[in-house]
Amino acid sequence: FKLNLPSHSDERLSESVIAAACARVGQRVLHVDRRSYYAANWASFTFNGLLSWIDDNKVCTYFTLLFITPVNSFKQQDQEECAPLAEDQQILSSDGEPQGEEQLSGSAPTQAKKKKISYTKIVKEGRRFNIDLVSKLMYSRGLLVDLLIKSNVSRYAEFKNVSRILTYRQGKVEQVPCSRADVFGSKELTVVEKRMLMKFLTFCLDYEQHPEEYQDFTERSFWEFLQNNMLTENLQHFVLHSIAMVPRETHTEEGLRSTQHFLRSLGRYGNTPFLFPIYGLGEIPQCFCRMCAVFGGIYCLRHSVQCLVLDKESGRCKAVIDTCGQRISCSHFVVEDGYIREEQRKGVEHKHISRAVLITDGLLLQSESEQQISLVTVPPLEPGAPAVRLVELCSSTMTCMPGTYLVHLTCPSSGSAREDLQPVVSRLFTKPASDGSDERPAVLWAVYFNMRDSTAADRSGYDLPGNVHVCSGPDAALGSDHSIRLAQEVFRQLAPHEEFCPPAPNPEDIVYDGDGGQGEGAGFSEAAQAEEGAAEEAEESKEKEASQESSPVEVGEMPDPPPAPLAEE
Amino acid sequence: CDSLLVTAITAATEKVKTKRRENRFRNRNGLKSVLDEEVLLLTQQLLSSNPDFATLWNYRREILLHLETVRSEDEIQRLYEEELSFLEACLKVNPKSYGSWHHRGWVSTRLPRPDWARELSLCERCLSLDDRNFHCWDYRRMVVRVSGVPVDQELQFTDRLIGSNFSNYSSWHYRSTLLEPPTSSACSSPSTSPQTHSHRVCEEQLLKEYELVQNAFFTDPNDQSAWFYYRWLLGRAEREEMISCVYVSREGERVVVAFSRPVNALSVGLLLVVDGQPQQVNWRSAHPRLRHSPMWICDLPPGTISDTSNEHNLTVHWTERHTHRDCALYTGRSESWCRDSATDLELFRSELSVEKSSVLQSELQSCTQLLELEPQNKWCLLTIILLMRALDPLGYEKETLAYFQTLKEVDSMRTSYYSDLCSKFMIENTILKMEYAEVRVFSLCEKNLSTLCHLDQLLLVTHINLSSNQLLGLPPQFAMLQCLEVLQADDNAIENLEGVYHLSKLEEVSLRNNNITQLSDLKILTTCPRLARLDLRGNPITQIANIQSQLAELLPSITELLL
Repeated sequence: FKLNLPSHSDERLSESVIAAACARVGQRVLHVDRRSYYAANWASFTFNGLLSWIDDNKVCTYFTLLFITPVNSFKQQDQEECAPLAEDQQILSSDGEPQGEEQLSGSAPTQAKKKKISYTKIVKEGRRFNIDLVSKLMYSRGLLVDLLIKSNVSRYAEFKNVSRILTYRQGKVEQVPCSRADVFGSKELTVVEKRMLMKFLTFCLDYEQHPEEYQDFTERSFWEFLQNNMLTENLQHFVLHSIAMVPRETHTEEGLRSTQHFLRSLGRYGNTPFLFPIYGLGEIPQCFCRMCAVFGGIYCLRHSVQCLVLDKESGRCKAVIDTCGQRISCSHFVVEDGYIREEQRKGVEHKHISRAVLITDGLLLQSESEQQISLVTVPPLEPGAPAVRLVELCSSTMTCMPGTYLVHLTCPSSGSAREDLQPVVSRLFTKPASDGSDERPAVLWAVYFNMRDSTAADRSGYDLPGNVHVCSGPDAALGSDHSIRLAQEVFRQLAPHEEFCPPAPNPEDIVYDGDGGQGEGAGFSEAAQAEEGAAEEAEESKEKEASQESSPVEVGEMPDPPPAPLAEE
Repeated sequence: CDSLLVTAITAATEKVKTKRRENRFRNRNGLKSVLDEEVLLLTQQLLSSNPDFATLWNYRREILLHLETVRSEDEIQRLYEEELSFLEACLKVNPKSYGSWHHRGWVSTRLPRPDWARELSLCERCLSLDDRNFHCWDYRRMVVRVSGVPVDQELQFTDRLIGSNFSNYSSWHYRSTLLEPPTSSACSSPSTSPQTHSHRVCEEQLLKEYELVQNAFFTDPNDQSAWFYYRWLLGRAEREEMISCVYVSREGERVVVAFSRPVNALSVGLLLVVDGQPQQVNWRSAHPRLRHSPMWICDLPPGTISDTSNEHNLTVHWTERHTHRDCALYTGRSESWCRDSATDLELFRSELSVEKSSVLQSELQSCTQLLELEPQNKWCLLTIILLMRALDPLGYEKETLAYFQTLKEVDSMRTSYYSDLCSKFMIENTILKMEYAEVRVFSLCEKNLSTLCHLDQLLLVTHINLSSNQLLGLPPQFAMLQCLEVLQADDNAIENLEGVYHLSKLEEVSLRNNNITQLSDLKILTTCPRLARLDLRGNPITQIANIQSQLAELLPSITELLL
């Protein structure tokens, strides 16, 4: 078994993009993953899958599983039993009580909140929805979306617009006016504030053209700049925490850049700058994997690499030896940071990300439609604490069952995930046992964990041969620009003269010329055939899932918007 | 492939034509026509590739009407429902096809059991794809009217559309039509108050509208939709049609009638009664070029009122409007009039309404606040001017002029428009001042006037001074100054004197330093029999040789000619 071109180990976003890019330009790619699922830290799990992942990772090397809330809160009728947040580990203990009468219907108005969802039901339905380990959104004009469009990989997935940007301010959750229509419709702002905000945002769109406006502030913080621009406290909050999404001490220009990034993505696909893939973020690396496979990449799951074989003279890696003792030649080796042994690191100090995943029973901010995807920014609750980013997903994203919401919390770690995030959770959510007088949604299930953020490291941080490329795991940022940029860099080293992810032809555009298929290279027709097969398969499986879906959720007068197609408008 | 399609379409068209001819023939000969489903199918094929083929839609309607007479109601229902889904396909091809929308309207009204909810949701869908599809707007209005959708529901609909895009003037406009109650006979008894407008929109709703529209123009002050809507909100209804003035001149034996808006007196049934006797008179407008005019003149039969020792009562009836106006000419008086003055009528509250001044005042405050933030915004400047005029035209005169100056600077493309508008306001102010002073002298010098307007309001003026402005001429409307004796218009750029027409009392004209070049320009002055003094110094015409003698010949009545 011999491969002469790049060999990859494990696939997350960067790796899968590199693999797809290499396969696309005709390189031979072997993808090895020691796990039985794709995408590692970028993975999406079914609920049951997540539970086993939680179990597995109690011994996991790079996951510190810090706290898992118990599930006894799911015991419904006998509320007195609901000892809130008792610390035991009976995640998998489900009470077998049949809960048939609690039929959930998305169209029910706010009373739906009162309805109880049984744990059994979540486990039973768990197969139908995907829960991501990372929490990110896609900037409509970010590198990832551009790449998906350019490479034609977007056709493997469907997307939804994030429908609201919310923020936590003065003890309550509010909508952030960011688009023109939002500003117009906002009830929170006075007309003068509306004008000031629009004026400021218009300025940010092309702030480079007006350096005179901010040159006195280049050495000062963005926050000071905002204050100086006579923005009211309301507006300072919205701009700093929810639009620029930067800490107070950020430099003015960086704040302006972040604001601009946000604004530029606005209005491309909808009223907010973000998209979310249906079935979760784990879809994205899978889409690239699929592209890689279509162009001849080979995948080996539950397989890992034991060691690298180095050439004594050049010091380069010329082969790898897998766990079965097989030697696989390769000219490049791409590996995720998590696989690198500590000895190979040169004192790289890793940061961590604190994460929490909750299943809740209601929206943080009620609205006409229950199908909302919201980004909620929670500014530091006390000085020095990190700002927490919260993404609330509804069932139409296929990440939770109807009637529940999947909530991701993310922040750079300063302590354990629980220490960092619990204060926010307890302010925004309540316990399921409460008598209903509380407007806040209840947490039905929660898990807290920390992830390593290895993005700070660069090549020089590892003691590795020149043709071994290290990809970092997911970072704490909201977008995925870092991973895409990294993939692009690695690809440039692997194939310096090739185009990065040129558009893949549509299967229907490929003309077969007899058996030979000499058109665009021999591998091409295979690719197309594989493509068609894969496409059908995927279609079938999705159809199956769709047909199993009980009644589709449709709320109020406004039908749920269709998934946003990813193409240039 | 294209040529194949063309051939197929041509063939089908031919077939349809033949069928139609055949049917005509059969109809003429009393035979049963063959309006059958085959033709429906054929036209359907044609229309699905080109839905803008009106003849085919007509033909389809003929067939459907025929089928209505021979089929049961259920069959008809089914047939028309199929027609509706076919139309949906056509609208997908071209969402702005006149033919498809018209046919859909027709089908909807023929449908035995129409499903209006479905039609409304179709409109909603189409408008979400293109919120300015006026065909769809029209269709929606039809559906709303026929199915009796409550106004509140439609208002909410516009709320939604405006919420998603407030630059869509279609939604704002639709909103204005919803808020305006159906035009009841606006003629509330003219005797009590000639200018009463019951608030067109109830107070509470109005305040909500102000808030909505302010949100829009504060969010984006450069978007004109909101400003237009705002002007409509603040605006007032059309002035009531009425006779605003009757003027009688004893020596001229003439009656002049002024109306609140231009009319054609020859067709509106105007009747003059003098001392109870209807008079046979010929009405003419002040100038032959004015067919529709706010002012009409008639000469009385000689001797009717010439005796100064008699008192006369005149009444002008406007039969079409069932309204009339009296005027008494007392003994010893040479003239008499009966009128509503501009001050009584609050005529010049610009276009803005007679809203409570507290409302206007607070609107003015908001706009001023916006102007502080956006000192260059033309819409805001203009609206402030209008609000100031509505509140107190004379009190705000100075500010108004300053804002006009700014407007001309920030929007230099429309300098002339602003000049004309400013001229209009200055004339209005001068009229107000004149009326407060109860004089018949109109003087407006050095105010950069670029145009003349409201001349019908100057009927009684005897002396007018328009010197040192930028006038290019005296327009036909100038002939409405029926009492004018002295005209001063020095230092303008006047080229033509069209409006100095049949001014029977005009004695003195001063046109120094203007742009009169030819003798023919002055020919119009021959219609003013009493003209005795003419000053043309500083005009190009004075350079013409022999001009003095030519003028003497042209205007023999002139005793004092200054060249």
